Amino acid sequence: MSDKNSIMQWVDARLPITSAYEKHMSKYYAPKNFNFWYVFGILAMVVLVNQILTGVWLTMFFEATPGGGPESLEYIRREVPLGWLIQALHAVGASMFFIVIYMHMFRGVMYGSYQKPRELIWVFGMAIYLVLMAEGFMGYVIPWGQMSFWGAKVIVSLVGALPLIGDDLVIWVQGDYIPSGATQSRFFSLHVIALPLVLCLLVFLHILALHEVGSNNPDGIDIKKRLDSKGVPVDGIPFHPYYTLGKDMVGLIIFLIIFLGFVFFMPEGGGYFLEHANFEPANPLKTPEHIAPTWYFGTFYSILRAITFDIGPIPSKLGGVIAMGGAIAILFVLPWLDRSPVRSWRYKGWMSKVAIVLFAIAFVTLMKLGTMPATKGATILAQVCTAIYFLFFLAMPFYTKFEKCKPVPERLTK
Amino acid sequence: MNQDDSNLGRRRFLLVSMAGIGGVGMVGAAVPFVAAWNPSERAKALGGPTSIDIGKLEVGRLVVDAWRGSPVYVVKRSPEMIAALSEEAVKKLLKDPELKDTAQQPDFANNDYRSLNPELLVLVGVCTHLGCAPKLRAEPEADMYGYGGFYCPCHGSKFDLAGRVYKSSPAGKNLLVPPYVVEGSKLIIGVEA
Repeated sequence: MSDKNSIMQWVDARLPITSAYEKHMSKYYAPKNFNFWYVFGILAMVVLVNQILTGVWLTMFFEATPGGGPESLEYIRREVPLGWLIQALHAVGASMFFIVIYMHMFRGVMYGSYQKPRELIWVFGMAIYLVLMAEGFMGYVIPWGQMSFWGAKVIVSLVGALPLIGDDLVIWVQGDYIPSGATQSRFFSLHVIALPLVLCLLVFLHILALHEVGSNNPDGIDIKKRLDSKGVPVDGIPFHPYYTLGKDMVGLIIFLIIFLGFVFFMPEGGGYFLEHANFEPANPLKTPEHIAPTWYFGTFYSILRAITFDIGPIPSKLGGVIAMGGAIAILFVLPWLDRSPVRSWRYKGWMSKVAIVLFAIAFVTLMKLGTMPATKGATILAQVCTAIYFLFFLAMPFYTKFEKCKPVPERLTK
Repeated sequence: MNQDDSNLGRRRFLLVSMAGIGGVGMVGAAVPFVAAWNPSERAKALGGPTSIDIGKLEVGRLVVDAWRGSPVYVVKRSPEMIAALSEEAVKKLLKDPELKDTAQQPDFANNDYRSLNPELLVLVGVCTHLGCAPKLRAEPEADMYGYGGFYCPCHGSKFDLAGRVYKSSPAGKNLLVPPYVVEGSKLIIGVEA
């Protein structure tokens, strides 16, 4: 940018616009072999913007009181001009967020993107995921439908499994003895202000840390080891315009077709995005036939329910809460569990490949089971999958260390 | 000032004490934010313990009060009613006579009469099927297996005089026993001894 005009020069002397643009866009060199899996980070950003924008508009019309929740939501759907569209974009967007994030996370697992020196990127990413789950949960509670109320009751009561302080903590979280208007309005506040702020900060840190060390790639090869005479990685291409316009735009269009397809033709996602029971206002005296979380919590809800037995002095309810918490917590330490000398599963041994495939199958199976009633067969299957889930992580230091890896090429393969 | 004549011990003391006082200040500043999440006075008034005078209870007469938005039933039982609760013939008709679902009553009520004092029955009057209010039928009836009990008019769930559900009912769980204490002639619902 040698032909900077005088206005840009004036600004650049006061604010690092041009250098930031170069560092993060035009001179951010990304590996040239990105594939389909590398579109989900950008898509997650797009969905985040969608959620914030539609969320701001929904807040203009939504009333966070027990009676006003279902009432104002119907008002938005039926009477606010195009309110139905904004509401559907937000509700479907929540599920899209999780689809995109799960793909994004699985990409990291396949290609070892969490390995040194990208541990902090992974940790920030997991923190984003955690905040996102809190956002999803609270966003589901505030409309105050049947599933909002009973979901809140079930999930908040998990806190009650903690010894000694549990019962008092439940009352503190709810601000009442049962989930009530007090619970709803504090969840509303957290959902629209506190957590989005935290989310944006974490996304900023996630990207800052990524651009400090550079992107990984399907080969897991460090492109910074081979630089040309100008210090540019020979296997790298500028993020903008090559990936922004060349790949991400294509991915975005395909994604929007799917996203808007749901928005226009299936805004409830067949009962998976919005459960049918939630179209009925909350009734504290009437439990729905079948209480199930939305699909994106299915995995952890299944793990919670899989602990049906007491473990020594730990009662099954507390054991379930510990297992669920542990299943999320263990994701944070993944970078330190993988002892493999190579990053990508392309060059890892057969044990890692089998482990990743089994883990993915167990994760999806648990997700599906979480939305289904806990019958006897389903519980046993959930227990098996829970064991696979934890074994994937706990055995990782061993199988990644002892398996025989393939030699990693010097340069990118494609 | 250079490193040699500066008092490092004093600096360290100042640093640590500042951090310490700052930390105390942070905790203090957090108090209103944490406190605001506790139940408000209004929530406490609506959801706090309810006290019922049980000095003038009559056998087989239902007293209803509200606790946390739910009806609470109080019934005084006669010795015959209490004796029936332990009969093996009755237990065979029940879904959960062993009270395996421990969430449906506090530990003190884990007995055949599901109460603190055998004659005093305290229940949350919400059917465990779909949340209707069961009716008390204190007198023995053929329709109620020859005993008194509770009958839910919505879907026909039947419970005995300890709120235990009969096998023939759509309801799956025994009626909920709330935590309570008895102080003289006062029954206080919502606190556990």
